[in-house]
Amino acid sequence: MWAFGRVSGFVSLALFTGSVLLGILNRSGRPLMVLPRFSISLLHGNIALLATIFLGLHVGSLLLDSFAKLNPVDIVVPFLGSFQPFWQGLGTVALDLVLAVVVTGLLRHRIGQRSFKAVHWLSYGVWPVAMAHALGNGTDVSSGWFLLLAASSAVAVAAALLWRLSPSFLETSHARQGNLP
Amino acid sequence: MKTHLHIDWTSCDGRGLCAELLPGVLDRDDWGYPVARGKVGRERTDVPLRDADREAAREAVFLCPRLALSLLDGKAPETGKQVPGQ
Repeated sequence: MWAFGRVSGFVSLALFTGSVLLGILNRSGRPLMVLPRFSISLLHGNIALLATIFLGLHVGSLLLDSFAKLNPVDIVVPFLGSFQPFWQGLGTVALDLVLAVVVTGLLRHRIGQRSFKAVHWLSYGVWPVAMAHALGNGTDVSSGWFLLLAASSAVAVAAALLWRLSPSFLETSHARQGNLP
Repeated sequence: MKTHLHIDWTSCDGRGLCAELLPGVLDRDDWGYPVARGKVGRERTDVPLRDADREAAREAVFLCPRLALSLLDGKAPETGKQVPGQ
């Protein structure tokens, strides 16, 4: 259970990184090589769902694990854990925010664009919290492969964020800034 | 009754997913917004669909990142209002 809990958390984080990157790319309105825009949109959502499933496996397996000593209350209320309560609490925060983002994402057509978007912005907060939880609470931090994944994910997300904030981010930014062909 | 694809222009941001899913129906202007091929006036907002395009239009309604699309199934689009510039 302990090994499974670690690996599923690792997979979940990697998938969330992919989903964040695809979400930012999708917002730019650009297709990715052979992938059309609607495929990126579907991929973004489905990878996030897959990541959430792995997150469920991560939490579920550690709940059953005798070493992690996780209480059911730790799933909802952060910072109460017995082992490194602060770093584990960040995981709780990330889990609850992920659930909010996923549920509102699935109900987008019911709750309307405004509420969906307000909650979906939280994703930018979830990712660093999840990464901090992995770095602070994880027991594989000293291993090379973990650091490699964490560092490359952080660089990728930071680069995507800088691109997101740059004036040329939108596919149509050139025309929308008044320069028509 | 014919199905129409309604474009809510206050929501639309010209992301281009609909034009990819309905390449025969929608083109994009220079700013990325959808333009119904060969249509003018009202029919650019309530785009008439052929039966063959209905499934793709449903996908577009589902995937539109701004929820700007809706299907008017069997309902005649509102005709009372005049669109400015016509």
